[in-house]
Amino acid sequence: MAPSEHPHDQTTAAGERPWFRAAPPVLGPGHTFESVTEKISAIVMTRRTPVGWFLGFAIAFAFLMLLNVTIGHLLLTGIGIWGNNIPVGWAFDIINFVWWIGIGHAGTLISAILLLFRQQWRTSINRFAEAMTLFAVACAAMFPLLHTGRPWLAAYWLFPYPNTMNLWPQFRSPLIWDVFAVSTYFTVSLLFWYTGLVPDMATLRDRAKSRSAAVIFGVLSLGWRGSARHWQRYEMAYLLLAAISTPLVLSVHSVVSFDFAVSVLPGWHATIFPPYFVAGAIYSGFAMVMTLAVPLRKFYGLEDFITMRHIHNMTKVMLVTGMIVAYGYANEAFFAWYSANPYEQYMMANRMGGPYAVMYWSLIAINAVMIQLFWFRRVRDNVMLLFVLSLFVNVGMWLERFIIIVTSLHRDFLPSSWDMYAPTRWDFAMFTGTIGLFLSLFFLFIRFLPAIAMFEMRTLVEEETHELERPGMV
Amino acid sequence: MAHDAPAVTLHGLMAEFDTPTALVHAAERARLEGYREMDAYSPIPVEELSEALGLRRTRLPRLVFAGGILGGLAGYGLEYWSQAIAYPLNIGGRPYHSWPHFIPVTFETTVLGAALAAFIGMWALNRLPQPYHPVFNVPAFARASVDRFFLCIEATDPKFDRHATWKFLESLHPVGVAEVAP
Repeated sequence: MAPSEHPHDQTTAAGERPWFRAAPPVLGPGHTFESVTEKISAIVMTRRTPVGWFLGFAIAFAFLMLLNVTIGHLLLTGIGIWGNNIPVGWAFDIINFVWWIGIGHAGTLISAILLLFRQQWRTSINRFAEAMTLFAVACAAMFPLLHTGRPWLAAYWLFPYPNTMNLWPQFRSPLIWDVFAVSTYFTVSLLFWYTGLVPDMATLRDRAKSRSAAVIFGVLSLGWRGSARHWQRYEMAYLLLAAISTPLVLSVHSVVSFDFAVSVLPGWHATIFPPYFVAGAIYSGFAMVMTLAVPLRKFYGLEDFITMRHIHNMTKVMLVTGMIVAYGYANEAFFAWYSANPYEQYMMANRMGGPYAVMYWSLIAINAVMIQLFWFRRVRDNVMLLFVLSLFVNVGMWLERFIIIVTSLHRDFLPSSWDMYAPTRWDFAMFTGTIGLFLSLFFLFIRFLPAIAMFEMRTLVEEETHELERPGMV
Repeated sequence: MAHDAPAVTLHGLMAEFDTPTALVHAAERARLEGYREMDAYSPIPVEELSEALGLRRTRLPRLVFAGGILGGLAGYGLEYWSQAIAYPLNIGGRPYHSWPHFIPVTFETTVLGAALAAFIGMWALNRLPQPYHPVFNVPAFARASVDRFFLCIEATDPKFDRHATWKFLESLHPVGVAEVAP
């Protein structure tokens, strides 16, 4: 067995039997309200920012500047700077849009669905996973907007408002459904995230050492004072927002899949698409949570809060959803054959043996074969290996979107219109630029806001000690 | 100055406890004693407090339901009006009122309406944001957002009496009792 990286990680390791071990705890032992609050708020309240933070932020910020340059060049020149062509009109924009939106889904799954299922282990990862959702959706939204080439005109193409031309969007198109789904998703995620932050910002207000911090957090916390009347409504609102977000998150990627499934293109026109897309979204989202959680717990010493239980559970979720995605691949291949439709069959043959076959087999190697490693406890215990594997999953899911979009478009029904697609350096500049935007926002978030929900961690401490305390009270 | 001022200038008396169970117990005792105008403050949500303080169920779920219904009607109404009346377009020979196409957006606006109602409704019912509240005048209250639990009996309560209430709060074995300046 690999040595655990922290003494609290496996409390039952001493008495283990080879075929069974109790799950590691969701919270390291010996924590009190004060210690939990101190540990998390110290990251925000400290005056000295770690050098590593500046280093990471500088790199992310450089890529954010690359994004600015790319957008500037794009708006001045036009989308001809990209590799998009006819027939491959969607290309990098929609690949990256779907990739980012998918990543966001894990945040809502953790904050809403796991709350409804009373999964305690969600508590220490929900806050930063929700932040990840917001930042990922912000990155995603840029692509379709800039894909229009003239985003200042996109207002009346996308949003129903009474304009001087008396034009209205076309509500029979899945693209407009997408606008509503994504903007609703962003709004609801933001409300949910902010609601969760309010009691924590009140804590920061009360612990602030400087006047400016006290004023800023005082305003942001809306004067929260922890009144029992307030908590009662707060808990109800939180639960209702979770209940509302649950069907919402399932609908968002379903609607994204409608962009494809409602068309008649071979490889897109499939009823498996909504569930297959939702599973893929959760799979890639958990990979991103893993990618962010592993360095976060390491650098800030949060191993007591983000324990091996969280790492194990995230790995298991990735295994399950990854297998659903792999089933989706098998299903696509089977129906291409079973349909007896030459266009469908050619689409599949082209994916497997055409010019983009390397990418197809790479995604199969990652999303269907590599994830089988997650079955092994030895792998789930190895945090560094999981970090690397989660990066591979991110790549694998990006390749999946590339294959779905490019192979279906580049060879459609008419061979005379076939063409090849290759991205340009501006495509990559835009894509890496959004990664820079995402990471910059994330660095700012962990520095200026509590990355773990303090009041929920205190509730967890209370639940762990509740049974000891209860009988003693008169 | 709080000493010679009349009782009216006091917001109330506040007792500090170090566990949620002690606070629940204190709230129950205070209610049995006949106090009604009081509030409890805690760094975590304590479910038992609602019952101990005799709080009524919140109206929030009904507000959220209404918000969802309104959102859904507004979404569908917008689609019907814009597609069938304001700007009718023939899309592949489909009827102008092609309702199955209108469902995804209706769903999303329902969710949006419900979520906005939950968010705005909760803060409005709580009367937040509120820039000033007397409880913050008690220095120990800074720990109400970390690890201490408070019960405040307000001066507006008919049974409130500075000395008797102070004595009563002392009898609950708190960490401390303090006067809350208005």
